[in-house]
Amino acid sequence: MARRIMRDLKWCDVTPKADFLTRRQLLAGAAALGLAGPATAKLSYVQSKFSTDEKPNAFEDITTYNNFYEFGTDKGDPAAHASALTIDPWSVKIDGMVEKPGDYDLADILAGVTLEERIYRFRCVEAWSMVVPWIGFPLGDLLARVGVQPSAKYVAFETIVRPEEMPGQRRGILEWPYREGLRMDEAMHPLTILATGLYGEAMPKQNGAPIRLVVPWKYGFKSIKSVVRITLTDSQPKTTWNMLQPREYGFYSNVNPEVDHPRWSQATERRIGEGLFGGRHPTLKFNGYGDLVASLYAGQDLAKDY
Amino acid sequence: MSLAGAVNHVARRVPAWTIYVAGTTPPVWLLWAGASGGLGADPVKAIERTLGLWALKLIVAGLCITPLRRFAGVNLVKYRRAVGLLAFSYVVLHFLAWLVLDMGMLWAQALGDIVKRPYVTVGMVALVLLIPLAATSNDWSLRALGTARWRWLHRLVYPAALLGAIHFVWLVKAWPLEPFVYLGIVIVLLALRAVSPGVLRAGNEKGANPPPPLASS
Ligand code: HEM
Repeated sequence: MARRIMRDLKWCDVTPKADFLTRRQLLAGAAALGLAGPATAKLSYVQSKFSTDEKPNAFEDITTYNNFYEFGTDKGDPAAHASALTIDPWSVKIDGMVEKPGDYDLADILAGVTLEERIYRFRCVEAWSMVVPWIGFPLGDLLARVGVQPSAKYVAFETIVRPEEMPGQRRGILEWPYREGLRMDEAMHPLTILATGLYGEAMPKQNGAPIRLVVPWKYGFKSIKSVVRITLTDSQPKTTWNMLQPREYGFYSNVNPEVDHPRWSQATERRIGEGLFGGRHPTLKFNGYGDLVASLYAGQDLAKDY
Repeated sequence: MSLAGAVNHVARRVPAWTIYVAGTTPPVWLLWAGASGGLGADPVKAIERTLGLWALKLIVAGLCITPLRRFAGVNLVKYRRAVGLLAFSYVVLHFLAWLVLDMGMLWAQALGDIVKRPYVTVGMVALVLLIPLAATSNDWSLRALGTARWRWLHRLVYPAALLGAIHFVWLVKAWPLEPFVYLGIVIVLLALRAVSPGVLRAGNEKGANPPPPLASS
């Protein structure tokens, strides 16, 4: 019911700042009253100390402004085409240097997991940013459950390939499947989550349903969507954007105002939702998560390992 | 009546000032829609991109006018000045959208980008090349310069168009088709300048006539 109320609002009726609280209070209220049945896809979750207190972007911003090239290169393409994606059933193959490899049903992955709300800054490599209230759980918890072999040094991820449901995959925009990867310490870091929802609801398809990675100190393209495979490996995995243009998109791709993209500056960013005259904000190193993650890169030259 | 004849017939009746009137509407609408939330999550990019794309379309439209007359007998020459000036206005608005809305008037970063980012540099050079053309798109300049020199000057639109299309190709991520389509069209339109009309049309013109200078209609 809460969802219905929200649906009836046109997106232009919802101003990010004013309605954010209303929306969340409404959802929380509906949940408390038992109004939110399964149809609302309302998730239960706890708060997290890792959340920023910055105001999240409006749900409408987060779900209509997406880079998800599987559905097309325009920011509006995912919202326009993602409804065709079948996300149930969904399983994730976990393989490589792992104690318990297998095809895991999403329900098994989520069994016994405590979901948390993680309100994270999200910084795209294209120099715009948002704040997103993700719902998810640490990737490290899943990796611990399946058992990482000591020889594993990296984690590789793949997005689903389903050209019949993903129009962008019918064209050779990128090499499919979309691939991403993390070093083991990055993957095990408590900030790194697998997200299954946002704004307290199941993940919208255009945002990478049913399960996606979120690594808040890296450029958005590292946070791979609609994950179907997680591979533990001892060599640095190939990653999609790096394969396309290695000079522009490094394996690490940590948010870093001091290291420009060859074609544009990364020193500043535009915050989506601030209207016509929002201007630019200084970009923070590691997207502002440096106190938690900078130590991972001690001794590394980040201009070289970009 | 042939298609070309029909177009010429209509063109004789529609004055050139209608181009200016029609051309003013989209930027006004964009600003209004952007300010009132009608352009989605990122009105800044929407405005910047729409203006850039229309600038390029208008440059391409301007480049079509001479070949249309030479190869198809369609005479839209009286609109050429309006199309050209409108294209220039869109380039300037596109630039201003970038400077004011996108860059937020961070002068240092804006200047840095013009110098350091090839796609911005290339766009800027295209803009600068168009300035003398816009400044001389009037009857007085045409008389003052003389037809030959004026015509020579206005060939600057060729590199400007090429740079505008390269700017588009250079700024995208991955390899979408659209920028390459524009680049292809521009290259074909420029190549047509080197072709004599007889090649494409079994016409009876004697060799390649240079296009007449922009005349006010
Ligand atoms: C003849 C001159 C120019 C033409 C024809 C032109 C054309 C274009 C076109 C077609 C686009 C892409 C629109 C789209 O994505 O649909 C674009 C984007 C852009 N142009 Fe230009 N442009 C010109 C000059 C400039 C100048 C002088 C600047 C700044 C100094 C500039 C900055 C930009 C920027 C920042 C973008 C958007 C990049 C992004 O998508 O984030 N352009 N332009």
